[in-house]
Amino acid sequence: MTTALRILVVEPDENRLREIVDALTDVGWTDVRALPEISSIARTVQDYEPDIVLIDLANPDRDTLENITHASGAGKRAVALFVDQTDDALTSAALKAGVSAYVVDGLDRNRIKSVLETAIARFKVIRQIQSELDAAKRALEDRKTIDRAKGFLMRQRSLSEEEAYRLLRKTAMDQGRRVIDVAQALVTAADLLS
Amino acid sequence: MTRTILNCGYVALVDSAPLIIAKELQFALEEGVELNLVRQPSWSALRDMLALGHLDAAQMLSPMPIAMTLGIGSLSAEIDALMVLSANGTAFGVSNKVAAEIGPIPFGHPHTIKRAIAARDADPLRIGLPFHHSMHRLLLSYWISTEPAVEIERIIIPPPRMADAIAEDRIDAFWVGEPWGTVAVERGIAQLLMTGRDVWQFSPEKVLAARRNWILENDADARSLTRAVYRAAQWLDAPENKPLAIEILSRSDHLDLPTELIDPGLTGQLTAVKGAAPIEIDRFLQFHRFAANFPWRSQAAWIADQLGGSKEDVNRAKSSFRSDLYRNNLEGIGVDLPTASEKVEGSLSEETGVASTKGRMILAPDAFFDGRTFDFT
Repeated sequence: MTTALRILVVEPDENRLREIVDALTDVGWTDVRALPEISSIARTVQDYEPDIVLIDLANPDRDTLENITHASGAGKRAVALFVDQTDDALTSAALKAGVSAYVVDGLDRNRIKSVLETAIARFKVIRQIQSELDAAKRALEDRKTIDRAKGFLMRQRSLSEEEAYRLLRKTAMDQGRRVIDVAQALVTAADLLS
Repeated sequence: MTRTILNCGYVALVDSAPLIIAKELQFALEEGVELNLVRQPSWSALRDMLALGHLDAAQMLSPMPIAMTLGIGSLSAEIDALMVLSANGTAFGVSNKVAAEIGPIPFGHPHTIKRAIAARDADPLRIGLPFHHSMHRLLLSYWISTEPAVEIERIIIPPPRMADAIAEDRIDAFWVGEPWGTVAVERGIAQLLMTGRDVWQFSPEKVLAARRNWILENDADARSLTRAVYRAAQWLDAPENKPLAIEILSRSDHLDLPTELIDPGLTGQLTAVKGAAPIEIDRFLQFHRFAANFPWRSQAAWIADQLGGSKEDVNRAKSSFRSDLYRNNLEGIGVDLPTASEKVEGSLSEETGVASTKGRMILAPDAFFDGRTFDFT
């Protein structure tokens, strides 16, 4: 199991906090930070940039955490993982719905390990899917921008589509820039001039 | 015949009363359903449990179903409001320190309060709020967006900890539902300056929400639930029922708070400063009268607009406030209903008669403090 994940545990009960942190360390996640007090959560999330945040489902501070993680790009980074009674149906429903949440059996140490492993593995899958989706969306937008730039060149310089693309690519290569950046600059300029 | 058990989520507040009364006074049983009230630790948890089907219905902050339906926020789902559970009922207060800085001002004057806060030579005002998608936050943002500009910082804090946050100097002010404003005042650490209705005189505060699919598949249960809660809300608005309502609410399995902390919210007799005489606030928390339970499409539209929604979002939001179902579900039991399902929000500056199914009914004023009106038709 990789140790690259940064994990933040929010738990006011000291014994339980220690137990969870120990369980995480035992399975090889050593980059763990414990937070017993919610009031510094905003600063902690900002400084530490956790990949995942563990918080009990029953913890009323969840709304505070949610607001902070949401404001800081929740889907990509911080995630709430609830530690509560096991409910597999709920867990899988939560995952399908896109809740960044997994329900884990409370204090049974051995169980925490195995469920956390599964949960974090699943989290990675979801994050992977999410980043692929983001990439696909970006690619689509990039293509639209390049098409607009080509269209502009075709009209202004009476070029064929292929010639327009070649001109974009040559300009990009000459200037050591990406095609999309050149296309973006052209589209911006075209908007300004129109 | 086995009776349907409906799992219904709520967050412990004075305005959870319609659900608690529907269960305790057996309005639900009389309508043929059994209410299993499941207290939730946070709005996020309540939202997840409803979306995931662990709750059949829930008390929600009125912007929540709309934010979820529009996909704003961390969890999207098609959630509808079957009815409005209560109008108004929140208050804005400041720490003693801020109160001293701004000096004595009359209660309930949004313009004056804002000018006084703007005149302070201090850091941005840190304001505690219960949840991002709440009427509290929308009213605060609406109020703050007008001149003069005031710098604020919004901090989400669970209502039961609002008073602690003031005491520990983590916030300078709060916008919260009862009993938590009263709790802060009674601890002698804060003063109330105005209520939510000073900003918008008739705002939908909590709604009875359910998944759209659940409503489709369980239309008879949704109907029974709506009728039961409607009758509870009607019961709650009768002055003679307040003492019993306060007793029931204070019991440990519901709010678990002394009756004197619940009384102000339910009776509208708010004490703004510890030791001072209570201020009587008309329609502080309205459960039933003035068509308070009617889920106006235009209220949903206003919320979507304030959440930054597009014109299309506003239209989608309208369809999540189910005035159509509300009419159907209450049919045949002699309920008077407005004939329109939308109104120009903010247009009523006084009690006004409007056309209703029985002829004519009275709506409460719904003006905004700055006099703006919102027509989403």
